[in-house]
Amino acid sequence: MAITLKINGQSQEVDAAPGTPLLWVLRDHLGMTGTKFGCGAAQCGACTVHVDGELTRACVTPHDSLDGAAITTIEGVEGRAADAIRKAWVANDVPQCGYCQSGQIMAAAALLRDNPKPDDAAIDAAMSGNLCRCATYMSIRRAIKEAATTL
Amino acid sequence: MLLRDLGIIPAQKSPVTDGGNRPHVNLSRRAFVGGAGLFVIGVTLAGCDIFPEPEIDASAFDLPDAGPSPLTGVKGGDATPMLWIAIDKDGTVKITCHRSEMGQQVWTSMAQIIADELEAEWENVQIVQAEGHERYGDQNTDGSRSVRFNFHRLRVAGAAMRQMLVAAAALYWELPAEKCSAKGGRVSNTENGNTLSYGNLAELAGRLEIPAEEEITLKSRKEWRYINTEMPSFTVPRLVKGEGTFGIDVQRPGMVYAVVARPPQVFGRVASFDDAKARKVPGVLGTVRLPDAKPPALFQPLGGVAVVARDTWAAIEGRRALEVEWASGPNAGYDSEAYAEQLKATAKRSGKLRRARGDAPGALASASKRVVADYYTPHLGQTPMEPPCATAEWTGDTLECWASVQDPQSTRGALAEALGIDKEKITVTPTWLGGAFGRKSKPDFVIEAALIAREVGKPVKLTWTREDDVRHGYYHSVSAQHLEGGLAADGTCTAWLHRTVFPPISSTFDNSVTDPSDGEMGMGASDVPFAVPNLRVESGSAKAHLRIGWLRSVANIYHAFAVQSFAAELAHAAGRDQKDYLLDLIGPARLVDPTAEGAKYGNYGASLEDYPIDTARLRGVIEKAAAMAKWGRKLPKGRGLGIAAHRSFLSYVATVVEVEVSADGALRIPGVWVAVDAGTVINPRHVRAQMEGGTIYGLSNALYGAITAKNGAVVQDNFPSWRLMRMEEAPRAFEVEIIPSDAPPGGVGEPGTPPAAPALANAIFAATGHRLRTLPLIGPDANKLTLPAATSA
Repeated sequence: MAITLKINGQSQEVDAAPGTPLLWVLRDHLGMTGTKFGCGAAQCGACTVHVDGELTRACVTPHDSLDGAAITTIEGVEGRAADAIRKAWVANDVPQCGYCQSGQIMAAAALLRDNPKPDDAAIDAAMSGNLCRCATYMSIRRAIKEAATTL
Repeated sequence: MLLRDLGIIPAQKSPVTDGGNRPHVNLSRRAFVGGAGLFVIGVTLAGCDIFPEPEIDASAFDLPDAGPSPLTGVKGGDATPMLWIAIDKDGTVKITCHRSEMGQQVWTSMAQIIADELEAEWENVQIVQAEGHERYGDQNTDGSRSVRFNFHRLRVAGAAMRQMLVAAAALYWELPAEKCSAKGGRVSNTENGNTLSYGNLAELAGRLEIPAEEEITLKSRKEWRYINTEMPSFTVPRLVKGEGTFGIDVQRPGMVYAVVARPPQVFGRVASFDDAKARKVPGVLGTVRLPDAKPPALFQPLGGVAVVARDTWAAIEGRRALEVEWASGPNAGYDSEAYAEQLKATAKRSGKLRRARGDAPGALASASKRVVADYYTPHLGQTPMEPPCATAEWTGDTLECWASVQDPQSTRGALAEALGIDKEKITVTPTWLGGAFGRKSKPDFVIEAALIAREVGKPVKLTWTREDDVRHGYYHSVSAQHLEGGLAADGTCTAWLHRTVFPPISSTFDNSVTDPSDGEMGMGASDVPFAVPNLRVESGSAKAHLRIGWLRSVANIYHAFAVQSFAAELAHAAGRDQKDYLLDLIGPARLVDPTAEGAKYGNYGASLEDYPIDTARLRGVIEKAAAMAKWGRKLPKGRGLGIAAHRSFLSYVATVVEVEVSADGALRIPGVWVAVDAGTVINPRHVRAQMEGGTIYGLSNALYGAITAKNGAVVQDNFPSWRLMRMEEAPRAFEVEIIPSDAPPGGVGEPGTPPAAPALANAIFAATGHRLRTLPLIGPDANKLTLPAATSA
């Protein structure tokens, strides 16, 4: 059954089986591959998107539960916090392989939006749901703090 | 005509580069003037004016055929410049990267080497990912050797192209080449200051003779502009926007999606299956029975049944509904817990001699004090964040694959073998790799995609779920290590015995092999650099029951854990400081040659002349890391510093870890200090990132990582039963220092990992008096250390 999703401000009609997680609708139906698959179990954060501004794991969120919701992905996230995060990510060369970084950026952007001056404990709390096997954690912490100084 | 049109570089049109390598044209540098349609290139000179540059008509020059390249066989391989560099008329410099980009920033470092010698402007450089082909020489992106293998020949290629551009300008100006010089993407006439752009010169240059190696002048170190400089990454600016193509991101018209149900045990097989329910799942298109695997494992798929669907989720749901009866095969009896006891027992019996100096057994028998310790390390999974994924397209005659593979050439060979078709009909292009760590050296998943694609006649994207990745890997080997040390009355170490037991990686290629290879022994066991008068290294035999494969730093992990833990145990037995005692074990500055003592030592494929085992450099990183960590400072109760140092992949790394352990065993890591001597460095930022990443990879595995098996099947399935370190558990402070060196480049991707675990265990001992010899230290379920009864403090 076709339903309409609002993604990055645009309405998109999708026709996926009921219950199909948003992740696979984004990736396989809409060709928006910036949001990544890491575990399928909300354990790694690679698929993190914003739904009405809230951090959401797309791999366990049925797309048909999002009727009328505003979905934001890495391709569309913007605003002062997201811009500052992207800038600090580039300046610090945060990503290594980069695969988890869409999710890391979505989490970090939401953190700075809600808490422009996070301390280490706040960074731990906000970012510990996002795994990085390259272990860019040190760079992520540095870059969040650097981004915070620009807000 | 562009240099790439010389027919040497095939035009790459693939999802990997499309959209990623659009020509960068700076319009302010271009102008069309004059009624005759004369094309000129304007250049802004320091100051102001637009200086018109006449377009060079290369066809106006009557030149003899340039002949074959004299640079096909320089050290490291083919350095023919057109293989690596193409310069467009607009000045865009396209550099071909033949290694796989997996986060080590090899796109950037390869470009730095070429662009420096070429004297290209950095903003004009673009990267083209090479497909798998022998013309590039070795493309196997493992073993921390992309820079080591290619540093010389890529410099030669860049310099050769620079000299050809200079020669083209000289020809055009009718000047001797000595009167022309190249800088910043232009060749200038040193007599009058006129300049010509590389883009304008490229076509003419491409028709000139390629200089022989002896005619090529490489830049001196002090002339380097990009090498040993923190040049910006080619991947990062795209990654932060969600751009770039990983293996899982490839899209082809009409593509379908697949996952595979595999036998739980290696060499298990499908006894029977019923796909009626699977086919009823909405979106499922059908199933494909894959051929059973037969020993040896090689790179072949494990067999099973593929479910093909219109999206990945439907394929996963279809697989859930699939009914398969498995025949368990020869490994069904494997229980890793019981097997650990066998390994430990083997490690206690005398084994095969791999290196000997003096009379270690005699010296142990007569030692004033004898110290004995046994260490155990479990199987590990590489678990890159992007699980194995591949897209394959079968045309009925040819096969095209895009996949996150570390070695597109061996992938191509394995595909040809599995499909029974000629290699020339197969194209394999690496995408970006979402991490690899050795897993993506094994292209079994690409073969699965190709077999399914041939069956369904449509492009197929195969995805491994995380459960597939954790359960069906090529695992880091389980190991037992037995060490004995003899001390004289003054605490000096007089005897060293190390016995190592683990199922070797060779078992994956020949299942009758049970003894470690010389290569594995040379990763921290037979190359031990200690100056102990009596030394003996032995190995024991062990049969593999899972597929065993490379994982970041490979056998160095368990060898460094045992050797560097035991060095600290000897220090404790001698009543000495860990760091001082380690330096004494290493002894004075000298070059160590294990082959003089009977070791068959391969030195990571390099000669000991080019890359000696230099204890001065090992001592250097230890002294540096200790100074960085303020070794010897007074610490509050519950805190401790541990140190470990290890040479691997021809680089030297020393690591100091500080831990804080509460009375109930809760662990924090307030700081880590790493000193690395990797010889000549291309990009210091990359080296620091690899040291941080490699160290935390080692800490994560040491604290939490264990793959276990019951009834031949892997027990763990996803995060968190397979557990990785998270942000809140990571070190709070981390400092890296790079020792300046003019030595040839060593590796950096792996050498950070081996010292991490022993430095951690040594720190825990310093903090608590508890010596932990079995990994993982915490495991998947606990949130603190389980501390045994205290050893004597």
